Amino acid sequence: MAYLDVRDLRRSYVTPRGTAHVLGGVNLALDEGEFVAIVGYSGSGKTTLVSLLGGLIQPDHGEIVLDGAPVTGPGPERGIVFQQYSLLPWMTVHENVALAVDAVNPGRPAAERRRITDEFVALVGLTPAAWKRPSQLSGGMRQRVAVARGLAMRPKLLLLDEPFSALDALTRATLQDELLSIWGAHRSTVVLITNDVDEAILLADRIYPMTPGPGAVLGPAIEVGLPRPRARRHLSLEPAYQKARQAIVDFLRACRRPAA
Amino acid sequence: MAQSTVRALVLPLLGLAAVLLAWTALSQTVAPDLPSPLRTWQESRRYVLEPFFKDGEMNQGILRLAFYSLVRVAKGYLLALLLGTPLGFLLGLSRTFHQSFDPIVQFLRPISPLAWLPLGLVIFQKSEPAAVFTIALCAMWPTVINTAVGVRSISQDYLNVGRVLRLSRAKMLSKIIVPASLPYVFTGYRLSLGLAWLVIVAAEMLTGTPGVGGFLWQEYNSLVYSHIILSVVTIGAVGLALDRLMGLVEARIRAS
Repeated sequence: MAYLDVRDLRRSYVTPRGTAHVLGGVNLALDEGEFVAIVGYSGSGKTTLVSLLGGLIQPDHGEIVLDGAPVTGPGPERGIVFQQYSLLPWMTVHENVALAVDAVNPGRPAAERRRITDEFVALVGLTPAAWKRPSQLSGGMRQRVAVARGLAMRPKLLLLDEPFSALDALTRATLQDELLSIWGAHRSTVVLITNDVDEAILLADRIYPMTPGPGAVLGPAIEVGLPRPRARRHLSLEPAYQKARQAIVDFLRACRRPAA
Repeated sequence: MAQSTVRALVLPLLGLAAVLLAWTALSQTVAPDLPSPLRTWQESRRYVLEPFFKDGEMNQGILRLAFYSLVRVAKGYLLALLLGTPLGFLLGLSRTFHQSFDPIVQFLRPISPLAWLPLGLVIFQKSEPAAVFTIALCAMWPTVINTAVGVRSISQDYLNVGRVLRLSRAKMLSKIIVPASLPYVFTGYRLSLGLAWLVIVAAEMLTGTPGVGGFLWQEYNSLVYSHIILSVVTIGAVGLALDRLMGLVEARIRAS
């Protein structure tokens, strides 16, 4: 059995206009330390999939098994970096990260938890802003705090839900590069949800395109044959890059509904 | 000086002059028993210029009387917050609690202080605790309702952070629910203070306790009508000051 095993995940919502079938049987398997991206159009059900993996909502059908244990609810072993950051505005950067550190290390002494918090704040380069509140930070800095909080949970699986979609293109590129180097050092198991094909290729080992809903499923896996460590420069000229990009775009175009 | 500054200073003075003029006209024509502004001032000057003198139980400087009223309001208001805040959190947090008690809250909320006070006298047998009881009971509702609304409108995003971290119930409350609803809670506190001050006059009038309201009622019975106006003006001034003070506190809470 794979490290993360997702089998035939289905989920629908009851709306005033009837039942909306969002996910129609999602299958996914990840080995430990793999970085996988799921790419799809907006509104195809990507956030529903993250909420299910995170345990924030329950599936109608199917199951999720992480490291041999079935997922039944939310927990810090599946850290989530939310699209809208979800930082607590009444806490400083340090306090936001400390909330996660304290929650997953209840047995350790306060001084050590503080040192761990300092480490994660430093990891995302926010030591000078550690005592600022989210309202005093730029969008890029806020998302760095969210990444630091997600990593500070020391999760078995890190879920990134369109983490950079609210940022401008230059900031997004910087944060992608930073995430790439942090992942290179930590090698955690990551599922990245995105609508940005280039972001997926830059970061992931393997990419699953997601069909547009209703009843979204994942298409065949596309391996990104690019060696690591990767650098943004010249990457788009590599044949492997262009091959992966073509495969994803072809799949998404082919299954797009005629109306869209 | 800029033109807008001149306007901001002159126009309110003009408004005040118009009110004084209308008051004078009224006292000279249809209401001969109503003291004119000048007479009101002449008969009240000692109360204003020596605001802390004390000649007897009910014959005291206006600020001393206002102080008695403020102390009474403070007691009732603190009791209102002590009862109203937890009640509001319970109503916001628990669906069961909400379904059980929200109808009662909606039922009790519109009851006038005049109705509670005799009941307070029956329960406590003394005027002072009855007045505090009435103030608390009338002033707590905005705190209850705003707190409950504040808790229920907390963003799901914040709650999800707590769920992912599997925070204990106590931590969820202290780290997320209380800070997230604080702006609403303080709006409730401000409205409650306004109500508490509104109730004090009725409470003192009915119980005859020393304070601005008690003084007002006594001077009506002694036919010193100018002191009624003095009391009314004092009540308005203190009420305005309290509201501004809470507004400043609220702005600080929102800014942080």
